[in-house]
Formats: sequence, C-alpha cells, structure tokens
Amino acid sequence: MNEKIRTILKEHGRLTVDANTIDDNADLYQAGMTSHSSVNVMLALEGGFDVEFPDRMLKRAVFESVAAIRAAIEELTAA
Amino acid sequence: MKISPEKQARLDAVHGIGREIAGVHAGDVDKNARFPKETIAALKEMKLLSALVPVDLGGMGMGMVELGSICTALGQYCSASAMVFAMHQIQVACLVRHGLASQTLRAYLVELAAQQRLIGSVTSEVGVGGDTRSSICAVERKDGRFILNKDATTISYGEYSDDLLVTCRRGPESPSSDQVMVLLRKGDFQLERTSVWDTLGMRGTCSPGFKLTSSGPEGQIVPGDYGAASSQTMVPFSHILWASLWMGIATDAVARTGSFVRTQARAKPGTVPPTALRLAELSNMLQVLRISTHDVAAECEELMSSPDGNEAMLEIGFSLKMNNVKIYSSEQAVAIIHTALLICGISGYKNDSKYSLGRHLRDAHSAALMVGNDRIYAKNASMLLVHKEP
Repeated sequence: MNEKIRTILKEHGRLTVDANTIDDNADLYQAGMTSHSSVNVMLALEGGFDVEFPDRMLKRAVFESVAAIRAAIEELTAA
Repeated sequence: MKISPEKQARLDAVHGIGREIAGVHAGDVDKNARFPKETIAALKEMKLLSALVPVDLGGMGMGMVELGSICTALGQYCSASAMVFAMHQIQVACLVRHGLASQTLRAYLVELAAQQRLIGSVTSEVGVGGDTRSSICAVERKDGRFILNKDATTISYGEYSDDLLVTCRRGPESPSSDQVMVLLRKGDFQLERTSVWDTLGMRGTCSPGFKLTSSGPEGQIVPGDYGAASSQTMVPFSHILWASLWMGIATDAVARTGSFVRTQARAKPGTVPPTALRLAELSNMLQVLRISTHDVAAECEELMSSPDGNEAMLEIGFSLKMNNVKIYSSEQAVAIIHTALLICGISGYKNDSKYSLGRHLRDAHSAALMVGNDRIYAKNASMLLVHKEP
C-alpha cells in the first residue's frame, strides 16, 4: 500500500523531495505539498483505492505523512 | 440579540468614538488619503488594541462576536479606521492563538496591552501577489537571531505601525508553501517605500509597497507552521472582521437612505413614495447579511474555545464556509450600497450632500479585491472536488 501511496504522491503531491524515499512520518506539507496539490492527492487516492474520504477526514493531519494517509485508507477499507 | 451590560457599554463607547471622532474626520481621511490617527488614538485610549489579549496578560480576552460588532460599529463612521482596527486585531489573534508557547511573544503581548502597540500586516509579496499561502522570502536563523528581508506589495498602514507581523518561508531550503510568521518590533526593521497609496477607496489605510529589511531575536518567530495558523486564525479572523466592517459601511448607507425616504414621505403624507419599496428590499438584504456574518462569527467563537473545535477548523468544510462568508459579504455590501444610490439618486451621488454615498461605494469596492474573490472561488472549486456535504 505504501508503494501505491508514494506513486500517487509522486504524481500529484508536487513535493520538492523524492516521494519514493521520503520518511513514512515526514511532514508532506513541509516537503512542498500545498492545499491545492493535497486536493489532487485526495482525488487520486479516492480513485486509486476506490474509497471516499468522509468530510471529517478532509483535513491536514490526515494527509500530512505517508503513515497518516495509510492509516486513513486502512480505516476506510477495514469496514 | 441580547448582550451583557458590560459589552453594551463598550459598544456604546465605540459608537461615541465613531460619532465624535471617526465620522468627523472620515471625509478628510478619505480626501487626503491620510492615516486616521485621531480614531486610532481614541481606540488606544479605550485599550481596544489589546481586546483579544487574554485577561491574565493585561488584555480584555474578547471573543469574535463582540469584536465583529465593534468592527461593524466603526465601519458605519469611517471604513479606513475600521479596516486598520480589524487588520491589527487579525495580527494580534495570530500571536494570541499561536504564539503563547514562546516566552518572548508572551512578554510582547503584555507590552502590547500596556502600551497599545499597533501591528501591521506583511503577507503580500512581489512575485506571489495576493497568494498569502506562498512566500519567496525566507527567515534565516543564526546564533539565536534571525534575518528577514521581504519585498512587500503592500504593508497595511506600514509607516504608522509600531510592529509588524510577516509571513515568510520557514528557512532558505523550505518550499514556498512551508511558511512561518515572524514578529518584527520597532527598531528591528527598516522600510523603504516602493510605491504610493493613491487608491479608489480605503484611502486612509495608507498601505503602499515597501522593501523590508530586519533582524531580531529568534524568539519572535511564531512557533508551529503558518498553514495551520492560517486555517485556524488568520482566515477566520480576516474574513469575519472584514465582513463585519463591510456590513458597517452598508449599514450606514442604509441609514442614510432611510432618512432620505422618510424625508420624501413627510413631504406627502398618505402616499408611499416609490423609493420605499427599494428601501424594503435594502432592509431585507442587510438583514440576511447580518445573520450570515453573525452566524459564522458565533460558530467560530465556539470552535475556538475547545481543542476539538480548533481541530475542526482545519477541515476543508470549515475553509469553504469561511471563504463563502467573505465572498458573500463583499458582494452584498456593494450591492446594498449600489441599491441605496439608486434610491437617493443625485443626492447620493453628490459628495457634498448628507445622503452622499460615494465614499461608501468606493470603500466597499475594495472588498472583492482584498484576497480576490476569483482566487477564493477557485480554491472553493478545488475543495468541492473532494468535499461531499452540501
């Protein structure tokens, strides 16, 4: 799952570092992700994992690191 | 809406400043594009520059709803005074809500309350324009001190500010969106003016461009990141306080128009003048604007009072709501004043009449431009691609 998340971040996150090697817990916003590019990441994650983020999950903390994104996807796919 | 006697007394006192000081000088402030120094001095006298500073640091610990009502009151007499007051409060809000972990900033807020220091805003920058969430300049730290230089397209009342709050990149290596805020105190900074402030309206805010150079102690860098502070504080305070003061401008336009229509009615008792129908429409528009602004102000005040609430302010749904209140109020204020002008006719169009609406209309036209509505619509359009609840 991490690999797929990293591919999406590489394509849509507009990071200033390599999405393949960024630490699982590194802050993506400090790595260059903007509120605009984070929306594209959300869309790609919804499409890629066939999930819909409920509105309560649409906030910075949920998308701030690879680990946080993985936890959110796991929560949605576990149900 | 019922408010406590203490709050009512404060609001009455602000109306007093409006009638006796702000309103008296508003024409001159506008005509000569000069800083409304008399009003700001009176607000300092009332200790209102520390309205948001917590009581234990010497301030009033005021909430969003009361502060909004004060902005509305000031806006009825002098838009520029109200805007200077609102811009200052937005900076104080950022320090109060995000700076208290820094002992330096805590101590500063105590001084601000004691000395009623005025803080100017430095968010815009040559090269990024009005995109406040992007910076080119960066703060550089060395040996417990910082260096920060910025080429700002506008600095609110730059030459009249005691201190400045500046957005910039976290460090020389940081991407443009990874920002922090830095407080610059008088003596820390030098300003070199790069343009003049000769505008259609809001002329008394005196906010030309400046090249800013500064250095100071590291403790003046606001902890945390500006992205979160922007969502939780800068944007809600800006949009609600601005909306409140724009509503004040519209309120005075409606008051002048009501007086105009009543004069017409008194000349011919027994017939309802045709202008009264439009006045009824204005009354309707103003009421909806008031409800809309008050509703989000009250919601913000409640959210800010709890950790869960502050967390909820980081959600996209909250940003959408804050953006909508700004777009709506900025458009509605102009629409109200425009309709008022249709009612008052030539009496409203003339600058030397007691029904004059020229200044109101010119000032209100700034509303759609300060953070351009199209830019905000574009952000909302993007957020609505993932946000679900209508």
